[in-house]
Amino acid sequence: MLPAPFEYHAPRSVDEALDLLDQFGDEGKVLAGGQSLIPLLKLRFASPGHLVDINKIKDLDFIEERDGTLRIGPLFRHKAAERSSLLASRYHVMADAAPQIADPIIRNRGTIAGSVAHADPSGDWGTVLLAMDADLILRSKKGTRTVKARDFFSGPFSTALEPTEILSEIRIPTAKPMTGGSYLKLERKVGDFATVAVAVHLVMDDGKVGSAGIGLTAVGPQNLKAEKAEASLKGARLDDAAIKQAAALAAEAADPKADHRGSVEYKRNVVRVFTERGLKRAYERARGGG
Amino acid sequence: MGQAITVTVNGEKRSAEVEPRLLLVHFIRERLRLTGTHIGCDTTHCGACTVLVDGTPVKSCTMLAVQADGQQVTTVEGLVAGGVLHPIQAAFKEEHGLQCGFCTPGMMLTSIALLKDNQDPSDDEIRWALSGNICRCTGYMNIVKAVKSAAVQMKAAAEVPAATAAARS
Repeated sequence: MLPAPFEYHAPRSVDEALDLLDQFGDEGKVLAGGQSLIPLLKLRFASPGHLVDINKIKDLDFIEERDGTLRIGPLFRHKAAERSSLLASRYHVMADAAPQIADPIIRNRGTIAGSVAHADPSGDWGTVLLAMDADLILRSKKGTRTVKARDFFSGPFSTALEPTEILSEIRIPTAKPMTGGSYLKLERKVGDFATVAVAVHLVMDDGKVGSAGIGLTAVGPQNLKAEKAEASLKGARLDDAAIKQAAALAAEAADPKADHRGSVEYKRNVVRVFTERGLKRAYERARGGG
Repeated sequence: MGQAITVTVNGEKRSAEVEPRLLLVHFIRERLRLTGTHIGCDTTHCGACTVLVDGTPVKSCTMLAVQADGQQVTTVEGLVAGGVLHPIQAAFKEEHGLQCGFCTPGMMLTSIALLKDNQDPSDDEIRWALSGNICRCTGYMNIVKAVKSAAVQMKAAAEVPAATAAARS
């Protein structure tokens, strides 16, 4: 399969990339890892006139904690997330998700930011960022703006990102002590999209829930944030009753469609079960276990 | 429309003018006539087209040839050195790590990258590393055996010069 013709640009700096995107408008498209975009081009679901490949720009492949914020650059790849000791020790929901993205070869090239910008409702990273209440930094030639993950996704493959903008950084509040997380994903085989997945990011405070983030994958027109379930946990003791209630609310928030991966009832039930399990696992980890 | 690229393929610099939409796999197979890199699914699922780009396994159906400009690409044809099979090739042969052979180049290249990171992988680690490469003959048992056998060979080969050096000092 051959993509429709396009012009290819490999800028050496972000400013140069932003100039190009500004010039091309709707005809421009950023190429990062390409593991979703190139298949789309081949299937001709997308046929931009200009590809702006950011892989030759130095210093975009980073992860760092600075000024109370975990910062992730646009070329930080799934494989690096999978191997990151920082994520493994303090950002469990990300460390759990990374090795469950696609397959090992795709993880070598695909990026977190690219996956988020692609906004597949069955994609995993958007859900993780919703649970973590991330900020997305969108940069264009005209300036920089910050959009909350919950305001970023607007439908299948649709986001707040303008064609002239680059998702230049993902920012997540630095993990406090007593933070735990989990990402549980049901997939039929390695490399398949999720049937259902649930992200949990839990911050405990003095024996009670300081904040609970819950994200849902593949059960709606976009990655979902189970806000009622989150609110039900705030300030609560994380006992069985609270967990059950939050899980029921998360299942209600899910809006799945029946397909070859399962019925509506089945998927909603997996959301309930995974939310329960995920909260328990996150709680264990927040207390320093598993 | 064409774009000039220079890619080092199996140690040899290859320059060409290509359309930006040309996939790396087509550049390798049709322009360089290195047909050991197979096209299986053409949809980023099967891993048959896996090559090493700067040492990292990549599905060459999901990368543009222009993106490989200035980079090192290794295909299955680059594994033989001086007429001698690479240990991974010898092990796949010895352990019957192939049936129809279609997935084999990709399997071997992914395995080489694994063995560079992990000289003594467990069965689980091998299966995990190869989970993006599909063998539709389902001959996975012998593939895992072959990778394990290659690991032993490669480790022994790496230790011999080290031991010799130690004996000399």
